[in-house]
Amino acid sequence: MAMQDPNFNSALAKGLLRFITCGSVDDGKSTLLGRLLYDAGMVPEDQLAALVRDSRRQHDDVGDQLDFSLLTDGLDAERQQGITIDVAYRYFHTVRRSFIVADCPGHEQYTRNMATGASNAELAVVLVDARKGLLPQTRRHTYICSLLGIRKVVLAVNKMDLVSFDQTTYQSIVDQYRELARDLGITEVHSLPVAAPTGDNVGVHSERTPWYDGATLLELLETIDAAPFRAEDFRMPVQWVNRPDQSFRGYAGTLCGGSVALGDEIVVQPGLHRAHVDRIVCAGADVEHAVAGQAVTLCLGREVDASRGDVIADARRPAPVADQFTCHLLWLGDVALLPNRTYWLKIGTRTINARVMSIKYKVDVNSQAKLAARHLDLNEVASCTIGLDENIAFETYATNRTLGGFILIDRHSNATVACGMLDFALERSSNVHWQHVDIDKAVRGANKGQHPLCLWFTGLSGAGKSTVANLVERKLHVLGYHTYLLDGDNVRHGINKDLGFTPEDRVENIRRIAEVAHLMVDAGLIVLVSAISPYRSERRSACELFAKGEFLEVFVDAPLEVCEQRDPKGLYQKARDAKIRNFTGIDAPYERPEAPDVHLLNTGKRAEQLAEQLVEQVIGLLRSGH
Amino acid sequence: MSSINQLDLLEAESIHIFREVMAGFQRPVMLYSIGKDSSVLLHLLRKAFYPARSPIPLLHVDTTWKFREMIAFREQVAATGDVEVLVHINQDGVRQGISPLTHGSTVHTDVMKTVGLKQALDKYGFDAAIGGARRDEEKSRAKERIFSFRNAQHRWDPKSQRPEFWNTYNTHIRKGESVRVFPISNWTEMDVWLYIQRENIEVVPLYFAKPRPVVERDGALIMVDDERFTLNEGERIEMREVRFRTLGCYPLTGAVESSADTLEKVIDEMTRSRSSERQGRVIDQDPTASMERKKQEGYF
Repeated sequence: MAMQDPNFNSALAKGLLRFITCGSVDDGKSTLLGRLLYDAGMVPEDQLAALVRDSRRQHDDVGDQLDFSLLTDGLDAERQQGITIDVAYRYFHTVRRSFIVADCPGHEQYTRNMATGASNAELAVVLVDARKGLLPQTRRHTYICSLLGIRKVVLAVNKMDLVSFDQTTYQSIVDQYRELARDLGITEVHSLPVAAPTGDNVGVHSERTPWYDGATLLELLETIDAAPFRAEDFRMPVQWVNRPDQSFRGYAGTLCGGSVALGDEIVVQPGLHRAHVDRIVCAGADVEHAVAGQAVTLCLGREVDASRGDVIADARRPAPVADQFTCHLLWLGDVALLPNRTYWLKIGTRTINARVMSIKYKVDVNSQAKLAARHLDLNEVASCTIGLDENIAFETYATNRTLGGFILIDRHSNATVACGMLDFALERSSNVHWQHVDIDKAVRGANKGQHPLCLWFTGLSGAGKSTVANLVERKLHVLGYHTYLLDGDNVRHGINKDLGFTPEDRVENIRRIAEVAHLMVDAGLIVLVSAISPYRSERRSACELFAKGEFLEVFVDAPLEVCEQRDPKGLYQKARDAKIRNFTGIDAPYERPEAPDVHLLNTGKRAEQLAEQLVEQVIGLLRSGH
Repeated sequence: MSSINQLDLLEAESIHIFREVMAGFQRPVMLYSIGKDSSVLLHLLRKAFYPARSPIPLLHVDTTWKFREMIAFREQVAATGDVEVLVHINQDGVRQGISPLTHGSTVHTDVMKTVGLKQALDKYGFDAAIGGARRDEEKSRAKERIFSFRNAQHRWDPKSQRPEFWNTYNTHIRKGESVRVFPISNWTEMDVWLYIQRENIEVVPLYFAKPRPVVERDGALIMVDDERFTLNEGERIEMREVRFRTLGCYPLTGAVESSADTLEKVIDEMTRSRSSERQGRVIDQDPTASMERKKQEGYF
């Protein structure tokens, strides 16, 4: 067994394989990987000594057998529970190749960590326990591998020693798996029988499987052709504009496709600015050309407007541009995905507002069945349509991972809540254009002698929103202002008649009210919206529709007990009697504003006083021209 | 050029990460520990923003127990003037007289490094701290993301790390929270040395063999670097030809006997080595998984 061979430099030249190990919990992934490292001669002596010590401590009854899983399960909680929680990255090399392996957790709960590992891998080693055959997690992991673009799999049927190295058992598992892989578009499946703790067919051929004459796992990994995926056309998302002084202006970024050479004509997307490449700086020195994977700084022949998030592309073959797509989403958030809620979408170096417009179907990852869905829970996969605030330069995920793969970020918690793969742009995204009109908001407002404004009243049912809004409107009307009051209840009789009170419907309810209010403000009106609007996320989205200073969040704040005592519509009583469901404050949440523009404490004061207080503020704003 | 080699790819990946940090955070800093990984990191930092001067300052959390040659090297880096170098010492620790010799590695590391680091991050309001940790160093590091989220108390929660896809990193945090970023996560110790060789990067001379005064203590060769070192009963100082694979506080870092006095010989020696890089680190000899605990509390 050769230790850290002196041929390392030649292994370096032969390239790197990034792969993952996955499969169900207890299928023996960590053990297999530990054994693989051991057989490849990659366990240093001090770590081996620690392994012997730890193995004895962990299993006082197993004698001197080594527990290879202890080489990779590095977290306290993992050792205590004997499971893998998060991806462990391991680095090793042989004479032929160097490797980065992501040892992925098997538990369904940690699927997001498994997907994290899969996103940077070219190959997956899928483990199956010979006694158990294909399990739901085997199918789930294979599905996620295929979703993230892995097209090559090594199927390791493990624990063969526990089925007496029976060829029939092995073959039937392989046959089933090949069928699954074919359905998922995985083009290349290699299979082999192994026993991880004893190392059968891991690093050396096993004498106990005379019927198997194929390669060992190590040989397979060394020889499978798995060059990293590379996109063909030149693309570079701009990361950073480098401007140390007047003499230098460079666009820094990593090429995510193709190559670029001095003199090439490029286009800055999603706009149409064209220029020639004047200078390429790569890792601190000038070069004549650069290829995908390299981090460079490009200087252009003329001044163009380019900034972070733009894509510099080959002018002859620019990237497509759109703002609506069909995509696949893997939901990773602890809180469900709600259609029409706004999230940040990060694609390449661009971060932009996005919302899922509809869930076409979710996929049962065990059976691949397409199911109807109104929201997505943790670890669910779905085909969705998604809309962005602006056009972006993109590629399909199959063409370019960087410009076709994105993450969604929750705008409140900042958590990464989804990974997505673009399938194609919707036709309407390029066919529906914004029609320019000559008469604009300012002109319409001036005609009415006012600055248009949206006053957004939020609060629990019975907090007094409508009462206060109504009084405010009356006062503004008397003063000669042009107003309209959009009341949540009233709107539900018309434009939102089709919506109920589920979280999904509430999100859509607020989105539509906000859009209507926005149109009315555009018409020059002062709009008062009175709606519970229980979620911060949707109130924030509403606010973002408007120009700065055009939207005021007014929190009509009354304790739940007070609202329940008032119960003007008798709804609290019904909710308490379980006659209605999803009632805010009872069995549905109300997310209080953290920093409302106006905070009206509606406990003791009469509504009239509150309205006075608010009108003062509003009129102040209107007069100052905000 | 039709393809690029593995070191080129690692270099590009690291540069990409530096630039994402610069674009995604208000006030990033690079933690500079003066070792070989820090030297590589600094080299990459300069390349990432070339021809501009590095917009990211360096921070050295000085435990006051670094090798003298390390401090001289740091001063040399600061003197180049092309990057700002900040030094922070936990003065409370100094007042309490915390020493690795009398208080042991755990207390010393906690007070002078972990607490010192948190003080510095809070003092300057850094929201991203770039470090040179590699995943091949230690098992809990092998588990950590490249952009590793820390809450307002600087704590790492290994059970709820943000998923991280492709090279698309989430840089969104709230006020008070921060992120530790590891641009050379995917490098191995060998990659680091080969890159130092290829790029002709200067490192602290302690990495190369030379006769040095050492004491054998608990199976490790500890170098006597200044007069603060106290001999235990039966110990004696002897000159031996040694070098260091890793550098920390001098009383806590074991040397290895070696005659590798050039870069070529060091790389040659490494290809034959049968032990891991961190074998000489006294602080790693704590009970299993102690690094994980230290990290949860804010250690780098």
